[in-house]
Order: sequence, then C-alpha cells, then structure tokens
Amino acid sequence: MLARPASDPSSGLPEPFASWFAACGWAPRRHQMELLSHAQAGRHVLLTAPTGGGKTLAGFLPSLIDIAAQGGGKSRPHRLHTIYISPLKALAVDVRRNLMAPAEEMGLDVRIETRTGDTPPSRRTRQRAHPPDILLTTPEQLALLVASENGQGFFGDLKAVVLDEIHALAPSKRGDLLSLGLSAIHKYAPAARRVGLSATVRDPALYARWLVPQSPEEENMAELVKGDPGAPPHVDVLVSEERVPWAGHTGAHTMAELYQQIRRAGVTLVFVNTRAQAELTFQWLWQINDDNLPIALHHGSLAVEQRRKVEAAMIAGKLRAVVATSTLDMGIDWGDVDLVIQLGAPKGSSRLLQRIGRANHRLDEPSRALLVPYNRFEALECDAAREAVEEGALDGEDPKAGSLDVLAQHVVGRAIGDPFLPEELFAEIRSSAPYADLTREAFDRVLEFAATGGYALRSYDRFRRLVTGKDGRYRIRNADFAARHRLNVGAIVEAPMVSVRLAGRGGRAGRKLGEIEEWFIEHLSPGDTFVFAGEVLEFVGLQETDALVNRSAAENPKVPSYEGGKFPLTTYLAARVRARISSGDWRGLPAQVCEWLEIQRLRSIIPQPDQMLVETFPRANRFYLAAYPFEGRLAHQTLGMLLTRRLDRAGLHPLGFVATEYALAVHGLRDMSGVDLQALFDEDMLGDDLDAWLEETPLMKRTFRNCAVIAGLIERRFPGMEKSGRQVTFSSDLIYDVLRRHEPDHILLQAAWQDAGSGLLDIRRLSDLLARIRGNIVHADLDRLSPLAVPLMVEIGRESVHGDAAEAILASVSEDLIEEATRIDAPAA
Amino acid sequence: MTAALHAVPDDFGAAAPFPLAGTEVLADASGALILPACGALIVSDLHLEKGSAFAQRGQFLPPYDTADALARLEALIAVWRPEIVVSLGDSFHDGAACARLSPADAARIRAVTASVRRFVWVEGNHDPAPPVNLGGEVAAELALDGLVLRHLPAPGPARGEVCGHLHPVARVRAAGRSVRRRCFASDGQRLVMPAFGAYAGGLNVCDPAFAQVFGRTPDAWIAGPRRVWPVSARHLCGD
Repeated sequence: MLARPASDPSSGLPEPFASWFAACGWAPRRHQMELLSHAQAGRHVLLTAPTGGGKTLAGFLPSLIDIAAQGGGKSRPHRLHTIYISPLKALAVDVRRNLMAPAEEMGLDVRIETRTGDTPPSRRTRQRAHPPDILLTTPEQLALLVASENGQGFFGDLKAVVLDEIHALAPSKRGDLLSLGLSAIHKYAPAARRVGLSATVRDPALYARWLVPQSPEEENMAELVKGDPGAPPHVDVLVSEERVPWAGHTGAHTMAELYQQIRRAGVTLVFVNTRAQAELTFQWLWQINDDNLPIALHHGSLAVEQRRKVEAAMIAGKLRAVVATSTLDMGIDWGDVDLVIQLGAPKGSSRLLQRIGRANHRLDEPSRALLVPYNRFEALECDAAREAVEEGALDGEDPKAGSLDVLAQHVVGRAIGDPFLPEELFAEIRSSAPYADLTREAFDRVLEFAATGGYALRSYDRFRRLVTGKDGRYRIRNADFAARHRLNVGAIVEAPMVSVRLAGRGGRAGRKLGEIEEWFIEHLSPGDTFVFAGEVLEFVGLQETDALVNRSAAENPKVPSYEGGKFPLTTYLAARVRARISSGDWRGLPAQVCEWLEIQRLRSIIPQPDQMLVETFPRANRFYLAAYPFEGRLAHQTLGMLLTRRLDRAGLHPLGFVATEYALAVHGLRDMSGVDLQALFDEDMLGDDLDAWLEETPLMKRTFRNCAVIAGLIERRFPGMEKSGRQVTFSSDLIYDVLRRHEPDHILLQAAWQDAGSGLLDIRRLSDLLARIRGNIVHADLDRLSPLAVPLMVEIGRESVHGDAAEAILASVSEDLIEEATRIDAPAA
Repeated sequence: MTAALHAVPDDFGAAAPFPLAGTEVLADASGALILPACGALIVSDLHLEKGSAFAQRGQFLPPYDTADALARLEALIAVWRPEIVVSLGDSFHDGAACARLSPADAARIRAVTASVRRFVWVEGNHDPAPPVNLGGEVAAELALDGLVLRHLPAPGPARGEVCGHLHPVARVRAAGRSVRRRCFASDGQRLVMPAFGAYAGGLNVCDPAFAQVFGRTPDAWIAGPRRVWPVSARHLCGD
C-alpha cells in the first residue's frame, strides 16, 4: 500500500487524493499515475511491479477516484463499480483492511465488502440485492455469481475488474474458471476495464493477452505498465561448515547454522518446500533452541485457529521466526521481516523472488535471503537460482489452453444463470483467452456432455440435465440440478482429508489439531507415531473422518510425507544447472561440490550443454543405466516407467528404477551397456508404450477423478450430505475403467489426457526432453559408479516397485495360506 | 468332484479352491463362485442399470455398466459352461431398472438366460421381484450341493450359507502401500460374495457388519485381475 516519500507536491491527483498523499508525506509513483491515465481512457492494464511497489493501491486508485467523483454523498445509490479477485480468501480480507484505512481518512463514501466461502448467506443475499461499490472476492465466488439469475442487473454497472497475483491464477484451472467468469461479465458490462497485478511474470505479453477479451479477428493485449525495480535483493547460498550430504531432503546438517542465523536476525521467515520438512525443521530447531526464541510453525494442514494465532503473533511482532510452506508466499504483509531463509532448492527464480518479497516490504531497502541446499545437486540449483535473481530473470508457468472439464462446469453454470443459444455461448467463451482457439466441435461435445453425458450411445437423452425450450435456448432442467451444481463449483479438487484430533475420554474425539491426507493415515497402524502440528503424536485409530491421536514421547517418530510438495524444477533452473555443470567453471560453488564434479570429470564425463549423459555400470551383482536429464521428478518418473518397459521388451529384465529431481537409474540383472541408446530414448516411446502404461497407472486415475469432479460427473457433495472423498475415489476408478473399455475417445478422457500432459505425468516436459536429446546422447560405459550416480544409489530401496506392485503386496501376505486353509478346514465347534 | 462341469478350464490359476462347510467351491478371479459338483456358477449384486439410475438424477455415469457386466458373465459362461447360473440378488439396481434396459441389453440377457440349462434370479432387496420377461426362474432362496444360496445373510449362525448384499472389499497393507479390492468373505462356514456390478461400491470386511455375520472379521479371497489371493483376517485392515 505504500507510496514513495513525497519529493514533488504537485501530484496531478484530484482532491481529496492529492491532499491525502501530501498529508502522508507521499507522492504517487510513476506507475500509479500511468495506470490511472490508461484507466481513465478505459484501457486494460497489466501492471508488473516488485513487492512493496504499491501495486494494490495502483490497481484501486482509478476506481476510488471515479467513485469519489460521482458525488451525491450519503444519498448516492451504491452500484457495483469494481470487482477485485484474489487467489486467497485471506488476501481479500487483508486488502479490504488496507483499502478501508485511506478511504476513511479521505472521508470517501464508499462501500467495500468481501465475499468468500466464509461470508454468511444472509450477507451474500444482501450483496446480490444491494451490491457494494467494491466487491473483493475469489474465482469460485465469481463462478457462482455468473451462475445466478439476472447477471445483467448485478453486473450491468461494473466499471473495473482488478485481478491480483495474476501469475498464481492464470496458468491453473482456477485461472480457466476465472477467465470464463470474466467472459460472462463481459457480456453484461462490455466496457468494464481490467487490471492485472503481479510481481513475477515471466512473459508479460502472454499475461497481457490472457487478461483481456479476445475477438476472432485479432489478438487483443492489455497495456503494459512496469513499476520501477526496487533495490536488488541480497541472496546468499549457505556454504555449510558441515559435510553436505550426497542426497536427501532433511537438512539435518544445517540446523545449528540455521539457528545461529535466526539468533542474529530480528525476524526470520524460514520457507521449506513440503509440510513434512516444515514439521521436521520445527522439531529440530526447538531441540537446539537454548535461548527459548519464539519460533512458530505455519502450514496449510494446521487448524485454521492455529494459523490465525501464528499470523496475529507475527503481525504483532511477538515472533522471531516462522517455519512455513507456501501458505505464506503471497501478498499478505507480515510486518517487518529481516531475513528470508529458503531451505532446500527454491525450484524457480519467480517462486524464490515471491518468497524473498516477504522480507522488508519496502521497495528502497534490499531484501535479504539465504538459500540452504539439502544436498549437492541442490547446491547447484541454489546457485543457479541466486544467479537468476541477480540477473532479474523470471520463470514460472505460462498460461495455457483452457481445460475442458472447467468448461463443462461453466456451461452448466451459464444454463442456470442465463439460458443461452449455443452459438451465443460459443462466441462468449471464445472471448476468454484460454478458450480463444476452442473449436466448435469441441464446444459442441462439451455442451452435449453437460446436457446428457455426451456418450455415443445417446441413451441418456431422456434424462437431459439441460433442456431446450421453443426459443432454442439451453437452460437447467430444474431448481434441484441448479442447487447441486452450485455445491460443486470450483476448480480445486482436494485430496481426501481426515481431521487429526486428540483422543478424548472414552475414545471420543477431542480438540482438532489440523487435517492430513487420508492416504497418509491409511499407511499408519495404531501405535505408529508421527510428527504433526509441531508435536509427536501416536495414532490411536480412525473414527469416521477423524484420526484420533495421543501426544507421545517417542524418540523416532514416523515422519509425515505429505503430497503437495512434489513440484518439479522449472525448466528455467534445470537449464541453468545443466549449463553450470557443463561450463566446467565451478568457481563460487562450495568446495565439496567442486570436488565432486572434478572427480566426475576424471571418472566419467561432464556433458556438453546440449547433451544428455547416460552411464552404465555394474554394482553389487546388479547392472545400472543412469541418465541425467535434469527435468524434475515427475518427468523422470514417467521416463523411468517407459524405459523399464522398453528394456523389458528387449529382454534385459530390468528390476526397477529410481527417479530424483535431477536424474534416474534403471537397474537389472543384465548388462545394459550394449543397448542402442538412441533407439531406447526415441520419441516413439510416447506412443504405444505410454498408452499401455497409462492403462495401469494410478496417477492417470487420479487425474481422471479430478476432471470428473470438476466437470460434474461425480459430485463433491449433495445438499445436506457430504460424500466422503474415499467414496469418490473408489467410484471414479470404476467409471474410468468402464469408460476406457467402452468409449476411449470420450471428451472427459480427453480432458484427463490433456491434464496428464502437464500435470502429474509431465508428459509435455518429457516430450521436449526427448526432442532435445535426439542425437545428443553421450554414453560413459564405466566399471563402477560415478560421483553423479551416488545420489541415485542412495535412493535405491525407496523406489517404486516395477511391474504389478499391487500383486506383489498381495502375494506377500498370501503365503501363509496353507496354514490358514488347514485352520478353515477344521470341523465347526 | 468336478464331474458335473462340462469342462473345467485347464488354467486353475484364476480360481482358488477351498472347502465351504464341507463343500468344495472355487472362487474365481472375476468374482464368481463355482460349485464344481453340481456345475453351478454364482454371481451376486450385478446392479444392472445403476448408471441410468444415476443419470435420472442428472449424474451421467457412462451407460455401459450393464453391457460390461453382461460381457463378463458371458465370458464366464463360455469358459466354465455351467449347468446352472445363479444371480444372487440385487441383479437390477432398482425396481424400474428393467424398464430402462436398452433393447439390445434386454435381448442379451434373454440370450444369456437361454444359454444354460437353468438360470435362477434370487430375489434381492433392490429387486424383490426380478423380471419374468427376461427368461430364467425366480426364487427367494435356493439349496444346491449342501449349500443355501440367498441374498441377505440370515441373522445368527448359518452354516453352509452363500449370500451377497454386503459387497465385501479387503484392504491389505505392505511396504508402505495399500491395495483395496473386491473379495469373497468367508470363515469356512458361510460366505459373502463380492459384487459383480461394474459400478458397485464396496464395504470393508473389517466393518462391524461382517462381524455380525461371522462373529469376527472373516478371511478374504481377494479377487483379480488374474488370480485369487486368499488372505487371513489378521492381515486385513480397515479403511
């Protein structure tokens, strides 16, 4: 919210804004004025400015000025003037607080309200009847609003839409949902201008296009306004005095050094990549916290009350450090943070910058950040990230083609809100950038899916969910379908969660500590211990959707290894790491890492930048084939499955593989050094081999489940009854199997396939890799393992089982059945 | 012992033999139970037209569940060539399911019921009066080879009972992973059949509903895809 201290009193702002700025001792920034003049000309703007650059105020200033100019005082009829969309509920609430202060100080008669999932129904009803001037909300709420009747009446007066943290929304399914919502609003308020805000977009042009309504004739772009850069951050990589491990993601060796950093700084934010790491780090820090420093823990699984307590303590300046996951990444101002520590590889420069932005929310003072690698590969990645930040190079995901499951959800919503003619809705949807290239054929199939399921058999025509009247318009069949649709709106499908509660007296559930993924609990037996919410807990048992626990004094708890932290390296850092290794210039890297690479050069090969290194070597009665693509764990896992399959077909009997963020290795009983590597890594593996693997992988079923829930094939909940995630998982697997057998080109399977390309399986990344290394594979046939291969060997034993793992599990418990059979055979008592 | 079967498939890998209250039975990986001595093949809880039942409420599950179950049943009949086929209740998802059958699926059912010497629809709670126009005979319960076949488990002990209704599934955990699949549930005295329907959900055998039938958690004969894995109750875990 801050603006630069005033140097020039003639601000060019109208009253009472000019006086208010002057009274604060500030002058408006250049980008704030630029945005204002574009806005006053009715133009769309994408504003990119570093954290602390007054982006939010810039986004709202034109609206506030416009509303103030309407005059009329208290008797002025309030109309919806501006909608603000944030990816986080908490951010919407925070922004309201930050906006109300200046509005009150200037005496503006402006109504600013939030509308989130937490807003009581009575207020939502009132907001529909009497909209505020400025409505702060989320993509999901917007989807609900456009799926409600009389959109024209509600949105007709809208003048502006402000989209905050646009980089966090646009590339996701939530972004698709948002963009479709905006295309509906565009129909009601075609002149409403849009403002996109972000500190970190890699390619502003792509976002400038995403932001604005598209037309068939030409590509439309928002005006780009760039804020002045702040002081460049000071980023250091910790050179540990301790031995840097070859592999692993725990960082045990850094804790003492980490603690000293926290002691020296005023307030430190410690970011980690997974909740499991957050729990562990928090435990370890407290074990050595001899000064009793107030150190807290914050991650998405903790009970909301617990998180709010930590946030309040942080804002009040009562904490010295918080160990946090990405829950603290965004926008919200946590007060005066002196130091940001990133534990483990930062995965991308944009992500790192976002986190660094949490330190020192003031533009003119440099933020301080320290990167702490967990292992030697991560030391390379941390260095690459430091270099990227120094150059101001940004990375991250680009907006992509819109997903079909979200489209199906939107189509039903529109049939509820505003009965449509197919050609009208098609045109409306194509104005949304992610769907600008949607074909009429795909649209018609999605429409048919929404209406009847879209099956070739057409047997559900008599059960239509969308019906057409004499006017030819599609509308929802009845109010019950409409109510059920509203309960299913949204593009996030959460993994099934269970509440973690302390076991009370008589085995009843007591206080809730937080939530944890159901699959993790499934792997626990009563008596097992794990770390959660900063405590060691003993699992007592599952009671409906509660996991009951007792506090435990166990020494070696099982560690929660939640999902969610498994993002691959972005290509940007991967390319930098590859370039750094192949450059042979390793100055600036920790001595241990240099030594490691030097030995690699002597013992094996340091590949050229465009090459991929493959090593073959024997070890302990096994033969190994290791490859170093540096493309992230997801792509490596898919590649590992496919290579194993091909080697198996070649009669080389692979036993299994391991994949890390940087490399993968297949192991087996036969020497693989004679394999034709060009043929093994040929792009044709993305054909039949991939299809065959997709048949059996649970990842594909999970992808399908998400699509089926979003598209409304499977309902999240029914009115009055919550369907547990477990039931959803089960039935969607059955549906997937039946659909694949009977209608393999169904639109929903296509949607799942499209997701698999970029999501869990990262096939797009793999396909780019295979194209890149065509003719560029360099092979080192070794008599023993190389230094680069050591981290892979450490992972062996934790790998996924090759072949039918489920059968292996059943076989392992089925063996004692001869004895069982005897017992069963005994005569009845 | 297998005299009454026209042909016992050579590949016994797909079926696990075990004694049930003194009668030798085969649990097939497909979820069917074979009584070799009298040449009977038993399937349970087909829940035909479950897909269209949901579609009526606007949830358009793929309309292939009936055809899918019939195709699997046809394949079983072709392999085992039974004298008698028993559909052990809840053959149809609801009372109106027959009316929703496509003409092609109805014809297919008639062909199936006509393809064996005897086809018995046992009454279930979802379909107390199975249809008469599809061939086969209707029975409340059936005695075969020393066993009693009925849909709902009888209250109290019932030696030699084969029933359905509960849709048993078993979960096994090992090496930090778990597998959950349909299964036959039995203590050697009575047996609960797995559901055969394409969209039939499942109830974990560790649920108290099974202890009511067996007096304890039953053992599980876990089905498929290529063989049956007998697993003792002490290796099974709840959901």
